[in-house]
Amino acid sequence: MLSSTPFPASGPTSRPDHTDFFLETGISTMSLDQLYQQIILDHSKQRHGSGLAETQAPAGASTGQSHQLNPVCGDEVTLRLAVADGTVQQISWDGAGCSISMASASVLSEMGEGMSVAELHSVIDNFREVLRSRGKVQADPEILGDAAAFEGVARYAARVKCAMISWVAAEDALNQATA
Amino acid sequence: MTAVSTPASLLQSVHAMDNAEVLRIRNDFPVLDQLVNGKPLIYLDSGATSQNPLSVIEAEQEFYEQRNAAVHRGAHHLAVEATEAFEDARQTVADFIGAQYEETVWTSNATEGLNLISYALSNAALWAAQGRGSSALKDLAIGPGDEIVVTAMEHHANLIPWQELAFRTGATLKHIPITDDGALGLDAAAEIIGNRTRLLAFTHASNVLGTINPVAELVAMARRVGALVVLDACQSVPHMAVDVKKLDVDFAVFSGHKMLAPTGVGVLYGKQELLDVLPPFLTGGSMITTVTMERAEYLPAPQRFEAGTQRISQAVALAAAVNYLSETGIDRIHAWEATLGQRLVKGLESIEGIRVVGPASGAERIGLAAFDVAGVHAHDVGQFLDDRGIAVRVGHHCAQPLHRRLGLTATTRASTYLYNTTDDVDAFLDAVSGVRAYFQA
Repeated sequence: MLSSTPFPASGPTSRPDHTDFFLETGISTMSLDQLYQQIILDHSKQRHGSGLAETQAPAGASTGQSHQLNPVCGDEVTLRLAVADGTVQQISWDGAGCSISMASASVLSEMGEGMSVAELHSVIDNFREVLRSRGKVQADPEILGDAAAFEGVARYAARVKCAMISWVAAEDALNQATA
Repeated sequence: MTAVSTPASLLQSVHAMDNAEVLRIRNDFPVLDQLVNGKPLIYLDSGATSQNPLSVIEAEQEFYEQRNAAVHRGAHHLAVEATEAFEDARQTVADFIGAQYEETVWTSNATEGLNLISYALSNAALWAAQGRGSSALKDLAIGPGDEIVVTAMEHHANLIPWQELAFRTGATLKHIPITDDGALGLDAAAEIIGNRTRLLAFTHASNVLGTINPVAELVAMARRVGALVVLDACQSVPHMAVDVKKLDVDFAVFSGHKMLAPTGVGVLYGKQELLDVLPPFLTGGSMITTVTMERAEYLPAPQRFEAGTQRISQAVALAAAVNYLSETGIDRIHAWEATLGQRLVKGLESIEGIRVVGPASGAERIGLAAFDVAGVHAHDVGQFLDDRGIAVRVGHHCAQPLHRRLGLTATTRASTYLYNTTDDVDAFLDAVSGVRAYFQA
């Protein structure tokens, strides 16, 4: 799993603590950075699909909406999904929570749009399998695309729900939209 | 061993705690001696649950190895030994808080204690309506038109039981607001606590803000209108001298696991004249005098509120924990943690993008601090600190309404105890100062 260049090149987006962490703790540094991959930090800030009120479902599409809450930490996602002609047309959401939960909703929204209903179901199932595997099932970027970046979350049992919350909402909304 | 002995009380008044003593204390806590993610564990989550010294672990083990039996029944030797240990433990804990033996009731935890009071009070209304029990119950019965008052800084455990009591009795629940620096608004309290107020429930020290509330002033307001006072002492009894008689509260609750004891045991203090007339909450074995197929008569307190086989070994271990705190000196522990609390707040205030909730540095607080990091969610802060071996609590700390009042959904909380050094605090502060850069906030 160790790559020869474990850290992003230094620059405006480099994380100053990497070197310290790596020198002092080795493995643990790798774990934290595997959890918080750059793509996750980026999505947690530039949130694709965020803003339910600002988006309108395409005319003629059937929609489903699901609200999910993790009472332990207060992570919250309300996700609306629009389906027309067997294809996911739009995924919009509002949410508040940690970087993992917000990035996960953003990635899902970005990659889910344009998928067929069957494809999205299959991707959700695959994502769930990887996340619940405690690190035993590797993410396949061919299937999961950017969502493969959440593979590291699987090793942090307390954070699996953070990554799953929007996907659970999407599954529920998808079932409503296609009922 | 030196021949010179100094009375413990003199030692306590003379010597403040320091890091050297804390490091010796730490040797008594096996769980603290471990690496987490390759770093020495720095445990700053005692506000959630504290760790156990060997003397506590051994007290529970000794009980199971030598004296385990059901208490208050059976004529055999072990039953007598177990009962003695159980009741001696009660006396030890009663002495620690200035209560009488009969006023000290075992519970599972503070939450159960608060629910016990809530249900005993609504049962009081049912009994009074049917002429059952003491005539004093009429004065304790709560009903429509009555008011129950809590505060905006309560833990859910000291809020929801009163919401439900209001629901069951038709009473109205009100709350005392807080100021922006995390203190109770006493002017508002004086307005809210009025002739309709039958019960005032508030926390002694806030598990989020660290504020220590002015018990005497609040009790005086309640006395003027004849309201009962319930004190949540979860964050005070483990950390400072608490004398329930001097505070003159009617009820007080706390949990053993926050004061070096195992989980599963807590204490309810209640004034004897109240406990002896209030109807029980849980009913069953061990709390009765006469039982027929139709009804039962109940023992006075404390057995009145201890139905079923009790948490015996935990009670014995809680007494061992109390002894550990007393031998170290609860006032010395209070002073040390106040130092740690100030160091936490001062350090956090000096880090850009950190907002500490509750009193600012220099103002009185217990040895904990909760804070928000601009642009970084508390869960991510906690994960980052865990990677450095630092254990903190993240989330709403069972105080959602308080967080809503603060305009936050979650905070990170560092909470200290007698086994934390100033080095622990400094390592924590150093780590926190790197959080925003790591998350590019």
